[in-house]
Amino acid sequence: MKQTATTKTSYHIPVGPIHPALKEPVYFEFEIDGERIIDVNVKLGHIHRGVEWASRKRNPIQVLYLAERICGICSYCHPAAFSLAVEAAADIQVPERAEYLRVIQGELERICSHILWAGVAAHEIGFDTVLYFTWQIREKALDLTEYLTGNRITKGIMTIGGIRRDITKDMLPRIKRDLQFFKDNFEKLRHIFLDDKTIKMRSQGAGILTKKDALKLCAVGPTTRASGVKKDVRVDTSYFAYGDLDIDYITPDVLTGNINGDVYDRIIQRLLEVKQSIDLVEQCIDEMPAGEIVSEPKIPKLMNQLKKVNGEGVGRHEAPRGEVIHYVKFNGQTENPYTWKVRAPTYNNILPWIPMLKGEQIADIPIVAASTDPCMSCTNRVAIVNNNSKYELTKEQLHKMSVEKTRRFMK
Amino acid sequence: MTKDKKLTPEAIVKSFKDKFKTKIKDAKIKKRPAGIKKNQTANIWMKIDKSVFKDAIKHLCDLQFPHLAVTSGNDLGKNIELIYHFTVNYGTRMEEINFNISVELPKSNPEIETICDLIPGALITEREKMEMLGVKIKGIPDDKRCFLPDDFPQGVYPWRRDETGVEKLYKNLHEVKK
Repeated sequence: MKQTATTKTSYHIPVGPIHPALKEPVYFEFEIDGERIIDVNVKLGHIHRGVEWASRKRNPIQVLYLAERICGICSYCHPAAFSLAVEAAADIQVPERAEYLRVIQGELERICSHILWAGVAAHEIGFDTVLYFTWQIREKALDLTEYLTGNRITKGIMTIGGIRRDITKDMLPRIKRDLQFFKDNFEKLRHIFLDDKTIKMRSQGAGILTKKDALKLCAVGPTTRASGVKKDVRVDTSYFAYGDLDIDYITPDVLTGNINGDVYDRIIQRLLEVKQSIDLVEQCIDEMPAGEIVSEPKIPKLMNQLKKVNGEGVGRHEAPRGEVIHYVKFNGQTENPYTWKVRAPTYNNILPWIPMLKGEQIADIPIVAASTDPCMSCTNRVAIVNNNSKYELTKEQLHKMSVEKTRRFMK
Repeated sequence: MTKDKKLTPEAIVKSFKDKFKTKIKDAKIKKRPAGIKKNQTANIWMKIDKSVFKDAIKHLCDLQFPHLAVTSGNDLGKNIELIYHFTVNYGTRMEEINFNISVELPKSNPEIETICDLIPGALITEREKMEMLGVKIKGIPDDKRCFLPDDFPQGVYPWRRDETGVEKLYKNLHEVKK
């Protein structure tokens, strides 16, 4: 082949906007020398739906449901951050029981999300049996979510000033049984991911993000914690009931003693966080006080109160992928928010991709890109352009390259 | 990156007021309690003059290297307000402070200096402000569009509320054409 003969010059490969590692569209342009990545350029916005703009025509309760539809997996985090921002702007105090219920929902979502991610990561390197195993666990987590909220994905549980459904005494045995199931399977999952030789070979030393880069590029969530930066909204600040709970920063050195900031560390990070989440839910169930679950159950009364608010507020919540921050401004003239700014965690985790991917191989793109758990979406093709002759790598081919690399290691 | 120095919200406000004096137009500290123990988290809202913006960010970086969460923007009619949401003191249990620095730019000349040289992670949010609010960021390393498609009309800024906004491009899909 002619292309392989002229490896001296670097060439560009556009990856995306639709790509195997990501669940939503994003466009990469890689500069490649042979198999090595020299430079990366990222283009965003393929699914910019103008959600913030749409909020101008909606009142805060309607925005709550709009926020829920920003992302399928983080369908609790966005309304949570929005509620926090509105409560800060309007100075609404939330009942204590609701704060604990909010933590339970948030942590349950984290368990779902991290286990889903573990399955996707295993799939990217060709361990599809692990994908089915993890998603089997996730199915249990979704069943529990449905039991508690009435819905599996778009939960509709959050409201301004509280939460919409209580957890009654007769629900506790079921929750405890499911938590025990997660604990039992967590050990199995830990063994699969952390003791497997091939996973170690694929992930150790791949996609390194140094602590310095993580700080400079303002990375958030498990991505930055796996590089050793202690930043977790749940621990850093006091919101919901997190200020009452026993919680500490988790970094991969808890388990391994050192921090490399590679893909392996990000796997450890997420697995440890699943364990932390199970622990937090248990703490909440034990310590939850009795009482009201919403500050103002009458929606028209609440709307009337919000209509008079003239001020701004910021709400921050630790979503599974990192800090989500919402800014809300009311001007006291209309009931709709004057400005609403949403910042999802992946927004800050895009720039760190550049140092992570530089120097890696094409076959590592899926697992390195997936290791930040990006929240954009879906599948298709990679086109390789070389001296005007264009050829394309389909999703299947790129995935195949990644799987083949794993198989080579296994021999 | 002086991560070991812990600051109190009052000390931060005082340090800025000492350095920039009348250029700090307004500074509020808000604390919100949560949970049973009513532990509090502080929010600082500070309005600063455009002329000292870059120096103020430099001053903050000297105090402690901050984490920039995002920049949000408001169209206030004659002015455009940018709010830089920083967090400092992270890494210690419940010590974190949200630090919101707001700066107003006249709509006739909405220009501000880049902070990418101080905080490289600001690039995406600065590019977003350029295309969404029509703010000119001086010295930005990459001024390409970020979220808007390349064929989106020039001179239309989705977050503005005047004639340069997107009202013209909006179609009421629920209205039936007769």
